[in-house]
Amino acid sequence: MKRCLLVLSTVLAASGALAADQPSVQVEPTTLQGPRPLAKQTESAVIRDYLQAWQGLAAAMDQNRPDLLDQDFVGEAREKLAATIAVQTKSGVHVHYQDRTHDIKIVFYSPEGLSIQLVDNIQYDQQVLDQGKVVAEQPVHARYVAVLTPTEVQWKVRILQSEPL
Amino acid sequence: MSRTALIFATILLAAALRASAQDATLDVPKSVVAGTAFSIPTEGSGQATLYIAGPDQVLKRDVQLGQPIAIAAGDLYNAGHYVAVLSSGSASNTAQFDVLPVTQPASISFLARPSRLPVDLQNGITGAVYVFDSYSNLITSPVPVNFQLSVASAPTQTRTVTTNQGAAWTGMNSASKEGNAKFTAMAGGVSATRVINQVPGEPCGLKMSAHKAGDKLNLITDPLKDCTGNAVSDGTIVTFTETWDGGQTTVDVPLKRDVAQAEVPAHMGAHLSVATGTVMGNEIRWEGQE
Repeated sequence: MKRCLLVLSTVLAASGALAADQPSVQVEPTTLQGPRPLAKQTESAVIRDYLQAWQGLAAAMDQNRPDLLDQDFVGEAREKLAATIAVQTKSGVHVHYQDRTHDIKIVFYSPEGLSIQLVDNIQYDQQVLDQGKVVAEQPVHARYVAVLTPTEVQWKVRILQSEPL
Repeated sequence: MSRTALIFATILLAAALRASAQDATLDVPKSVVAGTAFSIPTEGSGQATLYIAGPDQVLKRDVQLGQPIAIAAGDLYNAGHYVAVLSSGSASNTAQFDVLPVTQPASISFLARPSRLPVDLQNGITGAVYVFDSYSNLITSPVPVNFQLSVASAPTQTRTVTTNQGAAWTGMNSASKEGNAKFTAMAGGVSATRVINQVPGEPCGLKMSAHKAGDKLNLITDPLKDCTGNAVSDGTIVTFTETWDGGQTTVDVPLKRDVAQAEVPAHMGAHLSVATGTVMGNEIRWEGQE
């Protein structure tokens, strides 16, 4: 049975986002590979931080500000997203992402507890702008694989990659 | 030219431009492998701009309609879902496609834990891997990963696990003999190795003897070994306790060359015990001789 999480509502309500912009979020029952049990608190924290990372990604891509990635991304994911922003800035492009729905399932919790992997069946709107002019707007349905690792106070996205549905 | 004629001409021109742009159909492959070359055929004529945009990479190219757009090898290398837009004038054509990871592994992220553990522990060692291609894309298609734990004194343990969404893990037993073990993960000709230090386990059969030396008792343990015969590490603290006439004397000494020894007052009828960590040894009641 699917469970609806209100985590994002809390996150976005705190940030003053409009209710209309809040994505709907579903969390599938966890079927982990790996010997390490996943505590409920950990699961909630990971999902909260993953959804927050999408907000950070959208803001960074929309404003072409790589510094906005720092709160939610580390390692390879941060480097790739920052490189994208660098190209966007150079070419006068920016891309607006608005996530609409997430269907998340945690699939792997590494034995030493240093990484959690999830898959997200996501729908978002992608708007491509050149010199501030909209050149295209597309609804996207994709499947993302994300790996998060713990930092001092939160989980951060280390790998974010989509694959064919 | 009259105002009406000017408006009519403008409308015709806009319609013509739109028709020209809409002729530029966009036929992008549904999926391409990261870093490989591909081309996008175009129709029509005139200049246009191609955008390929996803969170992991963005490309922008000025292109000539009517000629194929060449995406060279190495241009688009980050795996992911992309929106392609061919924009000409006020119109644009779009398509969506996927860039897939290269299936040949090029690097492994290998987390092995712990770095130090006692010998003879079932599934005490764990290793988790993520497998990447040469562009640091996570290879999400199944990849067999071979885990090997090798020590000098025992046969190599081998396990093969197929990745699921790019990740695989295994558990291994620590060897019965102390020493460093090489823990290696291999996938597609790429390997990563970690060193695991296997140390003796808890002492097994802690035993002491007492010998009179003047007005003192010299307490000395037998050489301390764990349950698989490894000498317990020097420096391990051994606690000798003497209880006599309601009082208690405790002496903590580090293990040195496999044995621990201490001197306590020789009281007739004293009760002597020895322990290290959570392991209790034998007890002696001192009656003038052992």
